[in-house]
Amino acid sequence: MPRLQLEGITRHYPGVKANDGIDLTVAAGEIHAVLGENGAGKSTLMKIIHGSVRPDAGTVRWNGEAVQLASPAMAQALGISMVYQHFSLFETLSVAENVWLGLPRGESLASVARRIEAMGASYDLAVDPRRPLHALSVGERQRVEIIRALLGAPKLLILDEPTSVLAPQAIEGLFATLRRLASEGCSILYVSHKLDEIRALCDRCTVLRGGRVTGEVVPARETPGSLSRLMIGTEPPPLTRIAVQPGPVALSVHALSLPDETVHGTALDQVSLALRTGEILGIAGVSGNGQQALLACLSGERVIGPGGDRAAVRLFGNPVGGLGPRERRALGLHFVPEERLGRGAVPALGLDRNTLLTRTEGIGRVGQLKPRAMHALAARLIERFDVRAGGPGSAASSLSGGNLQKFIVGREIDAEPKVLVVAQPTWGVDVGAAAVIRAELLALRARGAAVLVVSEDLDELFLLCDRLQVIARGRLSPARPISETSPAQVGEWMSGLWPGAGNEGAAVATADGTR
Amino acid sequence: MNETVLLLAAAIASGTPLVLAGLGLLINEKSGVLNLGAEGMMLVAAVAGFATALGTGSEILALGAGAAAGAVAAAAFGVLVIGLNANQYAAGLALSIFGAGLSAFVGIGYVGKKLEGPAAPLAGSIGHWLGELPLVGPLLFRQHPVVWLSLALTLLVAWLLYRTRAGLVLRAVGESPESAHALGYPVRTIRFAAVVTGGALCGVAGACLSVVYAPMWVEGLVAGRGWIALALTTFATWRPGRVLVGAWLFGGVTLLQFHLQAQGVAIASQLLAMLPYLATIVVLALISRNPAWIRANMPASLGRPFHAG
Repeated sequence: MPRLQLEGITRHYPGVKANDGIDLTVAAGEIHAVLGENGAGKSTLMKIIHGSVRPDAGTVRWNGEAVQLASPAMAQALGISMVYQHFSLFETLSVAENVWLGLPRGESLASVARRIEAMGASYDLAVDPRRPLHALSVGERQRVEIIRALLGAPKLLILDEPTSVLAPQAIEGLFATLRRLASEGCSILYVSHKLDEIRALCDRCTVLRGGRVTGEVVPARETPGSLSRLMIGTEPPPLTRIAVQPGPVALSVHALSLPDETVHGTALDQVSLALRTGEILGIAGVSGNGQQALLACLSGERVIGPGGDRAAVRLFGNPVGGLGPRERRALGLHFVPEERLGRGAVPALGLDRNTLLTRTEGIGRVGQLKPRAMHALAARLIERFDVRAGGPGSAASSLSGGNLQKFIVGREIDAEPKVLVVAQPTWGVDVGAAAVIRAELLALRARGAAVLVVSEDLDELFLLCDRLQVIARGRLSPARPISETSPAQVGEWMSGLWPGAGNEGAAVATADGTR
Repeated sequence: MNETVLLLAAAIASGTPLVLAGLGLLINEKSGVLNLGAEGMMLVAAVAGFATALGTGSEILALGAGAAAGAVAAAAFGVLVIGLNANQYAAGLALSIFGAGLSAFVGIGYVGKKLEGPAAPLAGSIGHWLGELPLVGPLLFRQHPVVWLSLALTLLVAWLLYRTRAGLVLRAVGESPESAHALGYPVRTIRFAAVVTGGALCGVAGACLSVVYAPMWVEGLVAGRGWIALALTTFATWRPGRVLVGAWLFGGVTLLQFHLQAQGVAIASQLLAMLPYLATIVVLALISRNPAWIRANMPASLGRPFHAG
């Protein structure tokens, strides 16, 4: 008898059928993948299984019996636990307190702390229960989430895109833990859009597209190409990299150190880089290691004060450390921030007005808005970068993540920048849109621009970049050409252990939190 | 020496309403709700407390009436901002203005009425002996019991917040209501309870002003202490112990101003009267220079409404 069985699950939202007659069966001790692009209905389906959304039609069977999951608490009582993609943890509380809050009443904090340590030891999920959460790396936070779920002794564990925040070693560790859990009889629903992970980990795989099941397969017997066809209908075109002779240094940072501006952020420590025209330089690293501070210094959001070393940041040889984003943009440096809504675009405004954030086409000589020029520019971007939107007037918030990202990246590329700094270009973006964005970045490089890509996605960096540097604990590693390094080495460097880092043997917390 | 001790004792007495209101607002704000209506709640409670004391002659009933009045005002605020997701800033300001008007209207008949002053707190020979102890005698044992209440409440709130699960849940709700909801905690109910508790404590503070400290009623009796209490919770970075010390400090500055006037210092009394408020602003500005201090303790969702699922 299957542990979980979904029959004909359907859920409408205004204007869309998020789930349309979905069948899904998970056996005891099985690792079952749910594969699909953003917007394919994965999240809605998981919310239905976890009781936070109710289906319009269809049946959920638990160990053969039809159940009505009216709330997360009910699902929890049946033994269904969920590890969220965006963690539901509390920054200012300790690890033990965070876990305690997720457990039923009646257990003392000290006993919870002991159980965390025991669980950590037996499942290789070591984390100190006394540490405050804000001192933990992202990988450690995920362990806390998983420990919290496991302490409830679940029969079914749902993981929503669990590896999007992990370094390669941490992913291996997570997989080992999940296999061990499955071998003890816990069923696992593994939601992802990463094909190789699913092929490495999962026993079976249900593929969703547009709210419908497009296939149920054994992933080990599939190729990335065949899975991709099930997921998006086609295979994404291969990227073409043409050889470009790199030119002079366009953007450079020399021995820049910055104090910590926020409690939870990381300061920069003697950071140096040199980006040349006609190349893509990648900055790899687990988020929270100083990327925010580095990007802010490059874009001009954080201006170096008169007392600081303003010559530490140079654009074509000229010191720009004291210039703001507008002044740097005028010199040819454009920037795509990580957060699409709120920083890259104003959510409530139309795409036409959102062009005004970094473009001047829509502004007249005395500062008046020129609606027709804005409209024309937005229309051109929509056309050129294949943005699926209602029209130039559609609010930015109405676009899917991938389409908005295409619009924002397109807005900057269309300005023909001499230097483009991009943070997480395809984070949370579907495969099709990611392919478009990557191809555009490569095309920009081929036209002689200098491109800096900050990303957590190693596959992406190895696809795009000519050279790579790694950021860890606010320091930058030396640059290595792609041909002279490997994902394994970069993964190692992500823990701050590169030759000459000067901290070999010191107590440096690694990306996955081991010491 | 003796005069210093008496001045300190008076500073504690004058800071006590601020301790009570500050603790109430601390609980209120730890849940993530900002109630700018403190001044209004205190005014309404002050008049309710004064009327009760005049009618019954009982201080305890008067403080209780103040608590009830503050709680009712806070509950109305809670229905608006938690139930109906009204803007917390606007609703709080409205409550302050409404409370000022209502208390002035209801209080017309009480202006000029006199209460019997509070009796000596400790009777009998032991009480007399305790009161004669050096330092702690005047600082503690000759004080009104409401001072003892404020001390006990400080300890209780600190214990609740940092040593109990209930306090942990409250802090969690204030930091990330979305996460707390995902874990199955009733965010709105918890916030409402925190707001009503905060209102009740502000109410006790208001009644304490009109019944114990003044003891009388005039229009605008609270004189900005609700606003000071709001500033106090921020400059105490939401820590109960710091609220206590900060309130006494403010009480001290208020007294210092009278003291300087009495000594005939040649500064206009209007300027001296500004001193406590000026001190508040200066301390706030100084505290804000260390963002780490604030961020480690500040409820991250303060002022943000919570929309369930």
